[in-house]
Amino acid sequence: MTGDAALPRDNGELVFQAPWEGRAFGIAVAMNEDGVYDWTEFRDRLVDEIAEAERGGPPSSYYERWLASIERLAVERGFITADELDARTAEYASGERDDEG
Amino acid sequence: MSKDHGGDHHPEPEPYPALRTKALESLLVEKGLVSSDVIDELVRSYEEDIGPLNGAKVVARAWVNESYRLRLLEDGTDAIAELGFGGAEGAEIVVLENTPQVHNVVVCTLCSCYPWPVLGLPPTWYKSAAYRSRTVMEPRSVLREFGLELGEKVEVRVWDSTADIRYLVLPERPEGSEAMSESELAGLATRDSMIGVQKAKSPATVG
Repeated sequence: MTGDAALPRDNGELVFQAPWEGRAFGIAVAMNEDGVYDWTEFRDRLVDEIAEAERGGPPSSYYERWLASIERLAVERGFITADELDARTAEYASGERDDEG
Repeated sequence: MSKDHGGDHHPEPEPYPALRTKALESLLVEKGLVSSDVIDELVRSYEEDIGPLNGAKVVARAWVNESYRLRLLEDGTDAIAELGFGGAEGAEIVVLENTPQVHNVVVCTLCSCYPWPVLGLPPTWYKSAAYRSRTVMEPRSVLREFGLELGEKVEVRVWDSTADIRYLVLPERPEGSEAMSESELAGLATRDSMIGVQKAKSPATVG
């Protein structure tokens, strides 16, 4: 099973709707498998993000909540700072940094 | 090259979550906490290799091999590892056997915990607020919406997944499947039957 034909699963549903969803998924799982953090640390934050969204927070997709959870984990555990994440995001947004180039 | 669809400039700005994810990945890579190659491989394996077919192989083995069935019910994680599946998040996998008297159905009420090694990633409905809240409160009507009508005397057990324990339902082997091979049987064990919102497919509906 390779190539485009393999993308839709036999259940008819794409695993990831956009490439970034797969990256966000992979970041969380890869760091956990490497022993960087314990899965419950991520799961607890995902539970919070989902509960907050369902209490009437801004509309968000599942993987937006996933991303928010892994971001919070990375900042709260001191892996990165919120400021450097904001700055790096701005660099990608402006085109100042572009990995695909 | 058309100037509307030319390749020199970005055709449209990337959505914010995509930019945010790139930023997060690049910082974590710089700090040596994650490798892009490992992420590539994880995404590839969840898109191509890890899915409900793994669970179907486990179920088919349990249907044809009594000692495997007993091992599977005794220690799901170990018995599943015998077929080469396992790993994700270090969670334990507990296997729940459906019988004519007891029907098991699995949910994660708080988020989306799911037995990845045997079923892949969960379908959208499994993550929905409606499924998560209603399955506990009114399982029979939820199952009815999936087309599964259970007799009054059948006990319905709902299992709430956690970070540490994930559940896989072992559906009843369908009538009329006695002559089928193990690999043919795997074709009857659907994803939804292993979550417990359906029964396994009847051989009459296959092929």
